[in-house]
Parts: sequence; C-alpha cells; structure tokens
Amino acid sequence: MSLLEVQSLSKTFGGVAAVAEVSFELEAGHVHSVIGPNGAGKTTLFNLIAGAVRPSGGKVRLDGADITGLAPHVLAERGIGRSFQTPQIFAAMSVAENVMVGRHLRLDRRLLPSLLGMPAVDRANRAARERAQLLLDQVGLGQEADRPAGGLAYGAMKRLEIARALAGDPRLLLLDEPAAGLNPTETAEITALIQAIAAAGVTVVLVEHDMRLVMAVSDHIIVLDSGRKLADGTAAAIRADPAVIAAYLGQAQ
Amino acid sequence: MIRRREARRGGLGALAAVLLVLPFVLPNTYYLNVAILAGLNAIACIGLNLLIGYAGQISLGHAAFFGIGAYVSAILTAGQGWPPVLALLAALVLNGALAFAVARPILRLRGHYLAMATLGLGIIVAIVLAQEVRLTGGPDGMPVPPLVLLGWSPPGEAAWYGIVAVLLWIAAWLSLNLARSPIGRALAALNASEIAAATAGVDVARHKSLVFVLSALYASLAGSLFAHYAGFITPAKAGFLQSVELVTMVVLGGMASTFGAVVGAAILTALPQIFATFHEYETIALGAILMGIMIFLPRGLVPSLARLAGRR
Repeated sequence: MSLLEVQSLSKTFGGVAAVAEVSFELEAGHVHSVIGPNGAGKTTLFNLIAGAVRPSGGKVRLDGADITGLAPHVLAERGIGRSFQTPQIFAAMSVAENVMVGRHLRLDRRLLPSLLGMPAVDRANRAARERAQLLLDQVGLGQEADRPAGGLAYGAMKRLEIARALAGDPRLLLLDEPAAGLNPTETAEITALIQAIAAAGVTVVLVEHDMRLVMAVSDHIIVLDSGRKLADGTAAAIRADPAVIAAYLGQAQ
Repeated sequence: MIRRREARRGGLGALAAVLLVLPFVLPNTYYLNVAILAGLNAIACIGLNLLIGYAGQISLGHAAFFGIGAYVSAILTAGQGWPPVLALLAALVLNGALAFAVARPILRLRGHYLAMATLGLGIIVAIVLAQEVRLTGGPDGMPVPPLVLLGWSPPGEAAWYGIVAVLLWIAAWLSLNLARSPIGRALAALNASEIAAATAGVDVARHKSLVFVLSALYASLAGSLFAHYAGFITPAKAGFLQSVELVTMVVLGGMASTFGAVVGAAILTALPQIFATFHEYETIALGAILMGIMIFLPRGLVPSLARLAGRR
C-alpha cells in the first residue's frame, strides 16, 4: 500500500484555484519530486499536506488514515516532517537547540517535572542533545552545534531545517526547495544527504527547481502546472512526456 | 549547554547571596520595606517574563491578575474569615481559571491585537474592582487582615523580608527550570516562528495557554502577599499604569532573562521610593525608560551586561 494518498485535493484563494483536483499516491521509501513552473501550486500542495493550509476539497490519507485538514503539530505526531522554502529557524537559539525542538514530541513534556527541574528532564535533554549532535554531523553542521542559529549562512540554515525535521523521526519528509540559493558544492552535498535519508527508509518529497538534483534523486516525479497535475511517473517517463515538454517550453518563451 | 547550566546555578547562587546579605546592609526598616515591595514585584515580573520574554506574547493587563489575587485574599480573609493561606490558594485557583478561560481566544491574536485584548481585560477587572463597592470598598479600597501561617504572623519587616526572599528565590528557580526544559524550548520556538514550532510538533495554542496561566499564577501570588503585607489595597493596583509598570520592569531588566526581571523590578520599585521627586514624575519616567531601553538597549540590562562580560 502507498504511504500517502492524495485524492482530488483542491485549494482556492479568493476564487483562484492554487491547487485543483490533484490526485497521486506516494510509495513508501521512495524519493518523490513535485516540479512545475513558478506559481504551479507546488508550495501550496506542500502546505495542504503538512497542515499549514486547510484544503477547500479533497482528501489526504497517511497509511490509509484520513489526515485531511489536521493541524501541523498533529501531523508531526503522525510522522510528517518538513522544511520551508524560506528557512524558518529559531534564530535566538543555538543550532543544537533548534534540532532539540524538532525532538519535542519524543521528550518528557510534563509540566511539574519541568518546573521542578527533575532528573528525568535532564536525562531527556541530554539524550536530545546527543541525538541533535548526530543529526548535525549528518547534515554537516556538527561543528556549529553551540553557535547561535541566526548567525548561520543561508545554505547552512536549509540543512539545519532538515536536521530539525529528522529529529522528529518522520516517516514522510517534505523538503521545499532544499537546493534554492545553494552553490554547486552545497547542492551536491544536499543531493547526497537526500539519498542518505531515503536509504534510511524515510519517504522524501521534494519541491525543487534544480532539474539535475531532481533527476538524480527522484524515483517518481509529479508535474504541476497552473494548479493541476500535468503528469506523474518515473524520471525517464517525465522527461519524454510531450505535455511536460510543452509546458516547460511554453514557459521559456 | 554545560556553560549555560553553570550560569544558571551561578545566577541562583548569586541571587541567594544577594537576598541573604541585603537585610544586613540596608540602613533601616524603610529600605527593608522597599526591598519587600521590590521582591513582590519581582515575583510578578518573573511570571510576566515567561509570557513576554520567553514566549513573546505581550500582556498589557497583567496587573489584573495581581489585583484579583490581592482582592480575593482581602475579601475572603476580611469578609469571610478564611485563613490567609487558604484565601491565597483560592486566589490562585480563581486566577488560574480566569487565565485559562481567556487564554485561547486572546492568544489567537498577535501583536497589536493581543496588546489591545489584554489591555481590555485589565481595564474590565479594574472597573469591576472599583464598582463593586459592597464587596471591594470601591475606589477607596479596603483593609486587609495580616498574614497568618500555621498560627504564626510575621511580626515585622524582617520576617516579611524572609518570606518574600524565599518565595522570590523559588519563583526564579522554577522559571529557570522551565526555561531549559522541552516546554521552555517550545515557548522560545513559537516565539521565533509559530509555523516552524507547530511543524516540529509543538501544540502552539496549548503552550500559549499554559504560559499565560503560569504568569497569572505568579502575579496572583504576588498580589495576595502584597495585600497582606500592605494591609490595605485599592483598585489602582489592578490598573493600567500598574500593568505598564510591570511590562517596563521586564523590558528594562531584559527579555527572556529571569534575573533580568528581578533586576528590572528592583530598580523600578526602588527609584520612586528613594527619590521622592521621581514619584511625582513616575508616569513620564516610565515612558522615558521604556523608550530609552527600546532605542539604546533593546535586549535589556541583564542580557546586555552578560554579553559585555562574555566578550572580555
């Protein structure tokens, strides 16, 4: 069975359909990409799946369970993690603390032990800190753990967001333009990182403009245009699809 | 992390040392009286700092919770003959319930709208306290019986100082514990980005309610104690100017700094008591301090000084 099932998902903003009747299924353990020209509805689609925006119609199912319109923190509990197009990091906290927030749901969050500073909270903090260090090492920020996150370079912030999302042990990881604004070296690092995440069994969905990255990592590609699904298939099939070629050439004119 | 834990322990140790030494260096009971008032304000400010400093949610009506604490203690002990400790606990329950009831609708608002809503809450409470003459004595205020703990009543300034100092230290300890727990990180996270915090699994609405209730409880405790210590209360203690004073203390001392809240409360309580002329221009001075801090020292005193010390 597929991990995520999207059925006729729609979202209209003041009469304009940002996403219209989009349906697809995502197989578990694969890397999926959503591509399309600017304004095709890619980020809105992400926001609908991750609960940041409530759909106007349609259904989203995770492992068969209806998760349509659930709040982001509930979806996080169900195993959906994400990064943002513009990094949303907690600038005043240290890099490690950002990742520790991503571990929130796995930690002792009872009020009384927290207020009393009981050893259980210390233990949870230590475990979360160690876990954060592992994840930061994985995304190449191990040396920056104790620095304020607000001082990081743009590309580092994007990787920090991935580490924070991974800290919640997601089953489904949504990455919104992870390579935007990165130089070729950083893009190569991100490509390797995404492949490593997928190899660890996490289902990854990318919104990305960098076609080399998309073609290198994707098992399955969904093409959006003006809010509608244009095509959906393997990288090779998408590359040969006449409708896709027309949409991209049409945009280039 | 480790460095921060040491700083926290060092801070708590320093606070304990200052609180222990203070009564021996203050020249007379008048200054002890000032220290007690500063300590009570500091307790309220530690709570308000959890809300404003850590979670980034403004409240311009926090004196309402202080006022309700004071009046519930006053009414239940003077009118109903309740033991003061029981009345204090009843005030905590009532304030907690009120804060919980208004938190969800109010804290859905942000920025100016949240400021206006909390301002409205404060004004409503102040008006009710001033108008319910039969219960509260109206604008003239009402007398409050002395505090009694297990049959013992603090005989003078020194005993009161001891009680307030211990409670202030505990209030700071609880606040610092919370700040470094997962709940504290969640508050700082939603302060920075609500959507990112929610995506990480933080129930934003629940955490905002929680910190609002906690901050109301701190104010309630300070209010109840103030009523018994002063022996007399008026609705002005729940009024707008009082709320602004509490916010100014937190901002002056430093946002998201528990010790900052204590320092801010100490300075702004002591100034008008020590310089009589300051008292006449208190409103102007509060405004000027708030503006000055915002322009020249937006992090507030304690974080700015800590940063300077760290740079050496």
